[in-house]
Amino acid sequence: MTTVSLTINGDRRQVDVEDRTLLVDLLRETLGMTGTHVGCDTTQCGACTVILDGKAVKSCTILAVMAEGAELRTIEGLADGDTLHPMQQAFCDNHALQCGFCTPGMIMAAVNIIERHGTDIDESLVRRELEGNLCRCTGYHNIVKAVLDVAGKLPRASE
Amino acid sequence: MMYAFSYHAPISLSEARKRFEESEDAAYISGGHTLLPTMKNRLAAPSDLVSLGQIEELQGIAVAEGCLTIGAAETHASVAASDAVTGRIPALAGLAGSIGDVQVRHRGTIGGSVANNDPAADYPSAVLALDARLHTSERVIEASDFFQGVYTTALEPGEILTKVGFRIPDTAGYAKMRNPASRYALAAAFVARFGDSVRVAITGASEDGVFRWTEAEERLSKDFSAGALAGLTLNEADMNEDIHASRGYRAHLAALCTRKAVELQGRLTLL
Ligand SMILES: Cc1cc2nc3c(=O)[nH]c(=O)nc-3n(C[C@H](O)[C@H](O)[C@H](O)COP(=O)(O)OP(=O)(O)OC[C@H]3O[C@@H](n4cnc5c(N)ncnc54)[C@H](O)[C@@H]3O)c2cc1C
Ligand code: FES
Ligand code: FES
Repeated sequence: MTTVSLTINGDRRQVDVEDRTLLVDLLRETLGMTGTHVGCDTTQCGACTVILDGKAVKSCTILAVMAEGAELRTIEGLADGDTLHPMQQAFCDNHALQCGFCTPGMIMAAVNIIERHGTDIDESLVRRELEGNLCRCTGYHNIVKAVLDVAGKLPRASE
Repeated sequence: MMYAFSYHAPISLSEARKRFEESEDAAYISGGHTLLPTMKNRLAAPSDLVSLGQIEELQGIAVAEGCLTIGAAETHASVAASDAVTGRIPALAGLAGSIGDVQVRHRGTIGGSVANNDPAADYPSAVLALDARLHTSERVIEASDFFQGVYTTALEPGEILTKVGFRIPDTAGYAKMRNPASRYALAAAFVARFGDSVRVAITGASEDGVFRWTEAEERLSKDFSAGALAGLTLNEADMNEDIHASRGYRAHLAALCTRKAVELQGRLTLL
């Protein structure tokens, strides 16, 4: 067992894990934070996306011990009480989810797009940046719209 | 679940080497984006994982004396975004930015990619075409001696790749046909010009991994134009075949990528 110290959604945590524990399993199994999903466990789908030291990463392909000293953010850290994060609200407003399985990973990837690129984004950038996130329901159009909406880049019906 | 192992995070090259030698059956881990999937499938079961992520000697991107040197632990995302790389060899920055997806690029490293020598990986083509020197914990290896067939390199057990020194060309271009699911290369060509000499490296296509297409190099050295390649084909029998593409299709794609990389120098082209 190794003790990993990291910050999760602003809280400092110390967690004992086996060295072979994946970061996503530290979240889901050890800490009971089941918002982060496992879709494939083979680094393909992005459902497990979290933000590690400011970068969107697939937590099914990182060891928990590799997150020593890191600052980690997950879907649970976005809303402020009952008030959704603007990206979560935009997903609701734009009908960007159906079954919702991919949504935690999509939203973390989307939040990180805005963090890294600011609001100076367009549709092709959003599509390229979401290549690592698969959705079997929506067909992606409304997800892309939601991200553009947060950036204020969505043409309004009245315009 | 992966088999159990012990994880170590040394902060110096010598400590990492020592840890490797002292372990029963150690493996180095850099970004882990090739190794961890392999371990999850239980195709690898090292007793110890020695992380290369905290070692300063493996970090940094620098330009000196006609050479662009990239630390083995630099991620694909940092290479793609580096001013030194986009300024000196934009096709190389484009190559790094074409690997996998943004999450993969945030973790995967140039050292892991080059050491792994996957037949569909992108970096090996740049290493060969840009006549790179591979710096290791023990020595310097020339690109022409480094790749020794699929998943095989000149690295000895325990030897650590520390830096890749690319010769800065006059111009270079990289053209790639991506597997739409994984975004690995179905076939790709890196074409670099050094004065009158031209180097062409093909990845993704051959059964034996990355290779230099010398016939194309000869023609391009006399006449650097896509037209100079007219009628030149690769031997289908040497190409790889799998569920994604037949031998014939790969031979066609590799030749097409080469022409595109000649036409569109100074950048990445996705077909
Ligand atoms: C979904 C997905 C898509 C991908 N798409 C592409 C793609 O389009 N193109 C592409 O080229 N690659 C692609 N990859 C592979 C990716 O680029 C990997 O990151 C890379 O091949 C390995 O780098 P790593 O840092 O993750 O290495 P690791 O997985 O940590 O290591 C790989 C191997 O190299 C050894 N090693 C690592 N560093 C060193 C070193 N410095 N010295 C000696 N040995 C070392 C390790 O022991 C291990 O055997 C993809 C991967 C995934 C998961
Ligand atoms: S669960 Fe991690 S990428 Fe699918
Ligand atoms: S909403 Fe069902 S997978 Fe995306």
